[in-house]
Amino acid sequence: MNQQQKQQRKAVALVSGGLDSMLAVKVIQEQGVHVEGINFFTGFCVEGHTHAVRKKHKDKQKRNNALWVAEQLGIKLHIVDVVEEYKDILLNPVHGYGKNINPCLDCKTFMVKKAVEWIKEHDFDFIITGEVVGQRPMSQRRETMPIVEKESGGNDLLVRPLSAQQLPPTLAEREGWLDREKLYDFSGRTRKPQMALAAQFGFKDYAQPAGGCCMLTDENYAVKLQDMWTNRPSRDYELDDIIMLKMGRHFRLAPHLKIIIGREEGENNFMQGYKSQFVSIFPTSHPGALCLVDGEFKADQELNQALALVARYSQGKNSPEVTLNVRQMDGTEQEYNIAPMAADAIKKEWLV
Amino acid sequence: MSNNQTEHQLDARRLLCPLPVIRTQDAVNKLHSGDLLIVTSTDPGAKMDIPTWCRINGHEVIDIKEREHEIIITIKVNQQD
Repeated sequence: MNQQQKQQRKAVALVSGGLDSMLAVKVIQEQGVHVEGINFFTGFCVEGHTHAVRKKHKDKQKRNNALWVAEQLGIKLHIVDVVEEYKDILLNPVHGYGKNINPCLDCKTFMVKKAVEWIKEHDFDFIITGEVVGQRPMSQRRETMPIVEKESGGNDLLVRPLSAQQLPPTLAEREGWLDREKLYDFSGRTRKPQMALAAQFGFKDYAQPAGGCCMLTDENYAVKLQDMWTNRPSRDYELDDIIMLKMGRHFRLAPHLKIIIGREEGENNFMQGYKSQFVSIFPTSHPGALCLVDGEFKADQELNQALALVARYSQGKNSPEVTLNVRQMDGTEQEYNIAPMAADAIKKEWLV
Repeated sequence: MSNNQTEHQLDARRLLCPLPVIRTQDAVNKLHSGDLLIVTSTDPGAKMDIPTWCRINGHEVIDIKEREHEIIITIKVNQQD
């Protein structure tokens, strides 16, 4: 064995927090490679946001799954904020969108490209992902996986340990850093091989076995995002915009006006933090939800509709009148009395 | 606190998972071994995630306090590299 072969090789793994990347890391660790994890925060992998905010989810453990997985595997995890760079991937995907607003192929290519930059900067040898041939309709098909390799610049530095035997040998295999026979040949949408391998490694607790914590694959979220883009002069967005799409009930009252009404205490508390960025409405005569106004009231009718809706979602919904406070962003406040909107007066087309 | 130890504050309030961890990571990476970083967060997830990040990266959580809706975590930095 020459000196080069004796040197411990180093790989960085794209760790999502799901089972596949967890298994991929373990398979490579078993071959004596030093592995560290990298996790990209796009703003859309926001499962944690909902769990943190909504009391409905209070029974779920409030943990970041990527961090948890890293600890189980005994690896370092580098979390990289790519919110700004990711805008271009979402707004201008070369390969288009999937079923919703999910630019999966461009997204995977972007992440591998970032990982290529990372390994060059940190003097690592190759990259691991938990991808499985045929598992996902867009980015994990036999025809699209080479696109990711080529367009990311990852080429043969990119190892997919769970499907490696289905794919051409990579640099790590050709150089003998990895034994190809000890890699796997998983393919297709079945999860059984992954479950079996998890059992073999003694992994009992793992998150979302089918992966996919990205909000862009969620139909309801995609509708809200499309609505925002349709009704704004530009599709550009800020992190607060995409987080707010997860909060509350959204009513589009006019192209220039949307109101967001909190669904529960946790959301109301979180939305309180946005009162300096939005006009807000809240009932004072009865307990009820906080409402943020995205846009402006151009007519009294629009203000009255918003007030009546907020009254409707308060505990005064059966009262003849509810008193509400409208607070401007500069803190000035005005009180209004209004009859709550009747359930059958809420237009279906308002609800986003 | 020793002469070489400096104390730094990080305001991570109103940020939700994983941003408090990212901001902690970025702040710690600029500090020296022995420095203290006091992170204030309003995300309940930070109570679990920041200590996990510290454990896997070799830093020490020396105190966790809760005050009203805020979680205050004191980290002792240990730069290994």
